[in-house]
Amino acid sequence: MPSIQAEVTNVATNRPQAVKSSLWRQSIRKLLKNKLAVGGFAVVVFMFLLCFVGPLFSPYTDNKVNMTMMNKAPNIHHWLGTDKLGRDVLTRVMQAGRISLTVGIASMVLSVFIGTLLGAIAGYYRGIVDQVIMRIADLLLTIPSLPLLFIFGALLSEWKVPTDYRMYIVMLILSLVGWPSLARMVRGQLLSLREREFMQATIVLGLRDRRKLVNHLLPNLVPLLIVIATLNIGGAILSESVLSFFGLGVMPPTPTWGNMIDAANNMIDFQERPWLWVPPGFSIFATVIAINIFGDGLRDVLDPKQKR
Amino acid sequence: MSEALLDIQNLKKYFPIKAGLLSRTVGQVKAVDDISITIQPGETFGLVGESGSGKSTVGRTAIRLTDKTAGEVRFKGTDIYSLPPEQLRQLRPKMQLIFQDPYSSLNPRVRIGEAIGEAVLDHGLAPASDIRDIVKEVLASCGLSSYHIDRFPHEFSGGQRQRIGIARALVLNPELIIADEPVSALDVSIQAQIINLFSHLQESKGLTYLFISHDLSVVEHLCSRIGVMYLGSMVETASRDELFRHPLHPYTKALLSAVPIPIPKLKRERIVLKGDIPSPANPPSGCKFHTRCPFAEQRCVEEVPVFRNMGGEHWVACHLV
Ligand SMILES: Nc1ncnc2c1ncn2[C@@H]1O[C@H](COP(=O)(O)OP(=O)(O)OP(=O)(O)O)[C@@H](O)[C@H]1O
Ligand SMILES: [Mg+2]
Repeated sequence: MPSIQAEVTNVATNRPQAVKSSLWRQSIRKLLKNKLAVGGFAVVVFMFLLCFVGPLFSPYTDNKVNMTMMNKAPNIHHWLGTDKLGRDVLTRVMQAGRISLTVGIASMVLSVFIGTLLGAIAGYYRGIVDQVIMRIADLLLTIPSLPLLFIFGALLSEWKVPTDYRMYIVMLILSLVGWPSLARMVRGQLLSLREREFMQATIVLGLRDRRKLVNHLLPNLVPLLIVIATLNIGGAILSESVLSFFGLGVMPPTPTWGNMIDAANNMIDFQERPWLWVPPGFSIFATVIAINIFGDGLRDVLDPKQKR
Repeated sequence: MSEALLDIQNLKKYFPIKAGLLSRTVGQVKAVDDISITIQPGETFGLVGESGSGKSTVGRTAIRLTDKTAGEVRFKGTDIYSLPPEQLRQLRPKMQLIFQDPYSSLNPRVRIGEAIGEAVLDHGLAPASDIRDIVKEVLASCGLSSYHIDRFPHEFSGGQRQRIGIARALVLNPELIIADEPVSALDVSIQAQIINLFSHLQESKGLTYLFISHDLSVVEHLCSRIGVMYLGSMVETASRDELFRHPLHPYTKALLSAVPIPIPKLKRERIVLKGDIPSPANPPSGCKFHTRCPFAEQRCVEEVPVFRNMGGEHWVACHLV
């Protein structure tokens, strides 16, 4: 137990430290206390390492077709067995993860960009611009996203897009479906921020528009954006998987978790060769759940008002 | 007579009531209904009234924070509603508003030093290199310490935050400060400190205040003239002494009987108001106060009383005086 004197000097010397600690650092500290969120984050990091670093240690990255090694169950050489072309499933799961995670993140970045831009324009200028943007968003939102994705995916096949490009087009499609809900949230947040007294204060003070936007609006928008963006990655990964599973997204031989589960379409494979579809299925499951748990934790820390 | 600093003439502010799917306007809240206030430089005008009487709306329309419905607002002779946006922005430092809620009026993500200094920068009132010194100085004059400069709002108490709000306005060297119930969110002990700060600042800087409050006792110490509002209309204005000694309107009398009297010998009529303030969307006919007035007559129900001068700049709107 430190003496009172020590306590006092302690407080005194800690002051400058406390002064420096920013809101962000406080948020991170709070986040670290949330065991579930930390766990989710750990799983996400693990999946990233597995997918991006893992293949470097695999001897099977050339994906050579090997007829002698078809459909082998997990063994000492192939920890997760081999597929119907004799390729190592573990290596393919890792390579597929690269694609799935990249598609997820890239389409998130794109839809956050489009959604924020359009939402901000709608919320800031209001009036007719707002009406037009939000009606388009509403229209896209009223169509359930799965059929919408199918339509776009089917169009891709119809137009004979080369398989190499499909991955990029899938990203585009996903962000096209993703931006409306984002734009809506950003707009709502902006409209409610405008009415907050500290924004009214910026008017009274006669601040320039640029400063209102950069110093006051954006810093209050960013936490929400981070949360939405995180949760969005999970959704995008899931949508990509669904598309690819139905053969409308990224096509073999480019592996993604979604088109790997396609193996489960075959009754014999489904019943007798679970190593073909359980690993990619579990990867999707673990990654999406982990991202969502982490995103929820972020929300609790960054945006306490959103808590139910 | 010299030119008024703030001249509000026949100001009206109606808020539309929207309803239904198509947000049709189904009615109007007459938050401010034909109010005139003239404030001379160096004067402190107190605006009192119950919650919902439209005090804040007067304050906000007086500096064009919200648009008016009708009427005229002149600041040093300039009609602020006819100014183009950039000119209005440049005029803003001269007329500042201090908000009721010291918690929501400070951006939680902006440090105090920046919150106070940024407007100085945007109006080019001082070079960027001097900002920190200027902010420290104004913090000191508002009873805060210079080491507070790098902190965030959540690290302060309510009273300190209100001082920050005052500092933020003061640093711009305003001529008019509209204080919208600046102490009603604070503890009673802190209230006195903040009111003292206001009164001290007025003496040292020759500020002009429009001081809004629902509490006559708060206004009493600070204001030279007082206006009493009821349901969007002014019912009585007079100098402080006149109003406290000879209140004419029954509503003013009722408000005064709720104020503790420092001189026990002075007997006042006790008027206790029944019921709540009626809805400003559907105000009573005639004199709006007749539903709660203990002296109301038939005439009060039918005729709108004229706001008239009873002599010595004591104005009142009541049929019975
Ligand atoms: N932005 C708005 N939209 C619609 N109605 C409003 C708005 N602002 C105020 N009103 C209405 O106008 C009336 C007067 O409100 P105002 O805030 O001016 O009252 P007040 O006297 O300041 O009350 P208080 O003491 O509670 O702050 C109220 O009935 C309120 O509901
Ligand atoms: Mg108010």
